[in-house]
Amino acid sequence: MAKVLMKGNEAIAEAAIQAGCRYFFGYPITPQNEIPAYMAKMLPKVGGSFIQAESEVSAINMVYGAAGAGGRVMTSSSSPGISLKQEGISYIAGAELPCLIVNIVRGGPGLGGIQPAQSDYFQAVKGGGHGDYRVVVLAPAGIQEMADLVIDAFDIADRYRNPVMIMGDGMLGQMMEPVEFAKKEVTISEKPWATIGNKEGKPRNIINSLFLDTQDMENHVLKLFEKYKEIEKNEVRVECYNCEDAEIIIAAYGTTARIAKNVIQKAGAQGIKVGLIRPITLWPFPTDVFKKWAEADHVKSFLTVEMSMGQMIEDVRLSIKDTKPVHFYGRTGGMVPLPGDLLKEIIKIRGEK
Amino acid sequence: MAQELIISGFGGQGVMSMGQLLTYAGMLEGKNVSWLPSYGPEMRGGTAYCSVIITEEMVGSPIVNEATAVIAMNLPSMERFERTVNPGGLLIVNSSLVNKKADRTDIDVCYVPANEIADELGNTRVANMVILGAFLQKTRAVSEDSIIESLKGVLGSSKEHLIPLNREALKRGTQSVNP
Repeated sequence: MAKVLMKGNEAIAEAAIQAGCRYFFGYPITPQNEIPAYMAKMLPKVGGSFIQAESEVSAINMVYGAAGAGGRVMTSSSSPGISLKQEGISYIAGAELPCLIVNIVRGGPGLGGIQPAQSDYFQAVKGGGHGDYRVVVLAPAGIQEMADLVIDAFDIADRYRNPVMIMGDGMLGQMMEPVEFAKKEVTISEKPWATIGNKEGKPRNIINSLFLDTQDMENHVLKLFEKYKEIEKNEVRVECYNCEDAEIIIAAYGTTARIAKNVIQKAGAQGIKVGLIRPITLWPFPTDVFKKWAEADHVKSFLTVEMSMGQMIEDVRLSIKDTKPVHFYGRTGGMVPLPGDLLKEIIKIRGEK
Repeated sequence: MAQELIISGFGGQGVMSMGQLLTYAGMLEGKNVSWLPSYGPEMRGGTAYCSVIITEEMVGSPIVNEATAVIAMNLPSMERFERTVNPGGLLIVNSSLVNKKADRTDIDVCYVPANEIADELGNTRVANMVILGAFLQKTRAVSEDSIIESLKGVLGSSKEHLIPLNREALKRGTQSVNP
């Protein structure tokens, strides 16, 4: 299939349909409305169901139900809407069900604004809802990667029976880039645990996240964390760019990683060697990769760049155990860092040494 | 040469589709491209703009802060984006709606009466294609054929009868400025 020009939001929706997603439940919010719009138009044509629920809470619980019945299902929203979905996400994680949740992040807190931000990192990576659980969080930096990760996200969700989140931002959702959909055969694994009626001879399946006995509850959480350990072992994804001789390594994901690449070129032209570590999975975090580069003599410091007041920086510092200085540069509330300002920050850090 | 441009006007002037056509054409020519719209609650009647990058290099940030070219379809657009043009860069002004000269003297400024030319062609809505023609004449960013090819994709078979008009509008635009 030839390349087409698509908005990030549209690419997510198309990729989901190609991945075999047949159920979408959502509630509109800028800047991700192209996802439900695309799904509303296209899902009925492939025998799927689109429902605009009366609220985000309702939508995520529809996802819970469809996932329990073994459907390949997703929802999408933006920051305030994702906050409303947190209870459902916790239940889905507790009940061990696979689904895809897309957050096209906008500025906050509160109702915030509608311009791009990365200030939902804590919420996505550290829990969001209540209880001991993890969500796999994927952070694409371009439209092609958005499409590719959607397809992978459904497979990861099925493999571990766990919700997977794709975290973009308003810019990635709204911008257009060429994207190619490699038409591949979709194989969706069997779901013998799904609640699809008590057919003859089959044991009864129960989908549940309630454990009133404390030992049962602890055992369940321990089982979840065995699974999370597997995910940490198998699913880390990261891009390293220009790190081989870098004196400063930028840590950035998504939109800010794109800006960082511009700045790395500009800095290189001035003889300043800057690299980039771009986590593609925000959880599991590429801790080992950070550790490895922190041990390199040529790396003098790190600079975390985020469209927030500094959230991922905590994971960077934890990863390298503060063995090297970790600086921060961020804009927030919908502001996007300017390459020129970031370059000034790099020159400033270099002067401090 | 890499093009990093801003196309701006009020809603309905076709600035978004002009940007998309350029981006699509760049993609057809095998270049790296991105298109980023302004989006906000104030779109209706307000200024709408998009950033377009067409380059042989990798596209980093799709935001254009320092433009190789700006196309201003109305006065607020010129006032807002004139200053973002790089020294030596290009500013194309729709002089049908902007009755003022640009302040910058370190850039190439072209005045194209896009609406008047479009009216002569019998359809004021092709003013965007007229000004796009002027841009192509100045920059050779993509070929006219690639633009028409992209337009065919956008319009679909039911509106193929509009192609000759758009082709003519592009041509009149290229004739309106010196290369």
